[in-house]
Amino acid sequence: MTKERASPIRTTVLPALILAVALALPFLVPQYYVQFASKVLILGVLAMALNLVVGQGGLVSLCHAAFFGLAGYVLALLSPKYDPASLLLTLPAAVIAAGAVALVIGALALRTRGVYFIMVTLAFGEMLFYLFHDADFAGGSDGAFINAKPELVIAGVRLLDLDKPLVFYFVVLAVTIGAVGLLTMLVRSPFGHALAAARDNERRARALGFPIFRIRLIAFTLSGALAGLAGYFAAIQFGFVAPQMLGWHQSAVALVMVLIGGLSTVTGPLIGALVLLGLEEVLKATFEQWKLIEGIIVIAIVLLLPNGVRQLWPMAVGEADPKPARDDKVAPSPARAPETGHA
Amino acid sequence: MPETTLRAERLGKRFGGLRAVADVSIEIKRGEIHAVIGPNGAGKSTLINLLSGELIASSGEIKLGEADITTLAPDKRARAGIGRAFQKTTIFPRFTVHENVRLAAQARSRAPLKMFGGAFADPEVQRRTMEAIGKAGLAGREAIVANVLSHGEQRQLEIAMVLATSPSIILLDEPLAGMGQAEARSIIALIASLREHHAVLIVEHDMDAVFELADRLTVMQDGQVIASGLPQDVRLHPAVRAAYLGNHGDAA
Repeated sequence: MTKERASPIRTTVLPALILAVALALPFLVPQYYVQFASKVLILGVLAMALNLVVGQGGLVSLCHAAFFGLAGYVLALLSPKYDPASLLLTLPAAVIAAGAVALVIGALALRTRGVYFIMVTLAFGEMLFYLFHDADFAGGSDGAFINAKPELVIAGVRLLDLDKPLVFYFVVLAVTIGAVGLLTMLVRSPFGHALAAARDNERRARALGFPIFRIRLIAFTLSGALAGLAGYFAAIQFGFVAPQMLGWHQSAVALVMVLIGGLSTVTGPLIGALVLLGLEEVLKATFEQWKLIEGIIVIAIVLLLPNGVRQLWPMAVGEADPKPARDDKVAPSPARAPETGHA
Repeated sequence: MPETTLRAERLGKRFGGLRAVADVSIEIKRGEIHAVIGPNGAGKSTLINLLSGELIASSGEIKLGEADITTLAPDKRARAGIGRAFQKTTIFPRFTVHENVRLAAQARSRAPLKMFGGAFADPEVQRRTMEAIGKAGLAGREAIVANVLSHGEQRQLEIAMVLATSPSIILLDEPLAGMGQAEARSIIALIASLREHHAVLIVEHDMDAVFELADRLTVMQDGQVIASGLPQDVRLHPAVRAAYLGNHGDAA
């Protein structure tokens, strides 16, 4: 009774349809849009990673771009000047570096609460931004080029050529599917439920015996590592890293994606990334003052759809008129909401 | 003789210049309900917070069985077997009754933070959840979201959560506060039933309930214990009559 509010259409048919479209996309649209789709997926992974701590953990972090950018810089620094780096070496290095920095920042920032947590994460993010901005080892404010994209070579055979937009797209799609799978597993696990419990009532969760600090630190570290995974592929896509990749503006963009897509589901932020980047794409081509219009639309979405654009789906298909469907007594619990979506 | 399960000796807590609790020794035994009474500001809630770990004592020691738990954090004390209900009902308001209790059972399971496998997979957790819901009188209410429960039912839920952690000690801070007659009766019956398998410490202002429930009674004033013993003896203690019951003589 607490569970099944979502119809089978939403739980199986729709994801299968979206996956089919994602797989067929490169064969249907011009290359520009394949690259655009890769960018959406990469930033979607960043937003989904951020939502593990924001949505499930109730911790608003403003330093996730730092993990994202740091992983990009790790790739740039490990890449030989003209030769391709090894994917098998640089990918784990970038993800581990992002996770390790998240562990250190989390260990300090998670001693604070609420708005102080936001400010402390912002401060740490800016410290990393200025480290790369002011120091010469990675090109300073000019950033650094990645001249050759990393390659996957096993036993002398080159398995992936990330220079090809098509190959790159499918690799990023696989990474995205993996991230969705990992995050879904996490939020449904005892760990994910404990994280949500700590979000809803920290005092009670602690009195039950949950080690709150440890739970949040693990979530923050995993989230940072996953943001690093996204940053690694962002750096490959653009062939370039710059301090702006680590700045608070990029963190805020990821947060806006989370808000647009909705906090309560794993894939919501991915949809948020699609909506925000799609909106930018359309508005840029049409209006000179596109940022102003984009801002107004984002505000409207956040005000009118507090659970994100996913709220539109039930309205669109008439699956559940939100009012009669929300019987307050049997509303799905938030811990399970990530699996079933909002009724 | 019942075994001693929780023992505090010469416990003290200072907040700057304020001495909230001084030299308090108390013993809570399995099979007993030990009530702590005293006027507002006597240090009762501070005492509970010291025992549960929300506050760390400035002096003295607390032992759970043979283990010294004086400086242990609240989550570690909970895992060691101390369950508590707060003065203000403290539950997960947006979760269902079942979810609330299941989280409590999970906290004491073998793998409370497992990262794979659904949270509903452990049959032992499920069994303890349903058992605690039944004991607390909430059977049939599992699917209801906690924040729409009545005040009394929320209290029952909090006790169900405490029970699901399989505690040896249960600390209850004013469990009857703000409750109507009928609700209070069912909570009193529930608390009385806890005696069988647990050691219970209860802080309560309702004197009728205290004298109905308590096997032992401790009276605090200005952060100190002024009398402790069997309820009928404590009731006649001159210092107690003067300090506290004197004002509520009729009620008592």
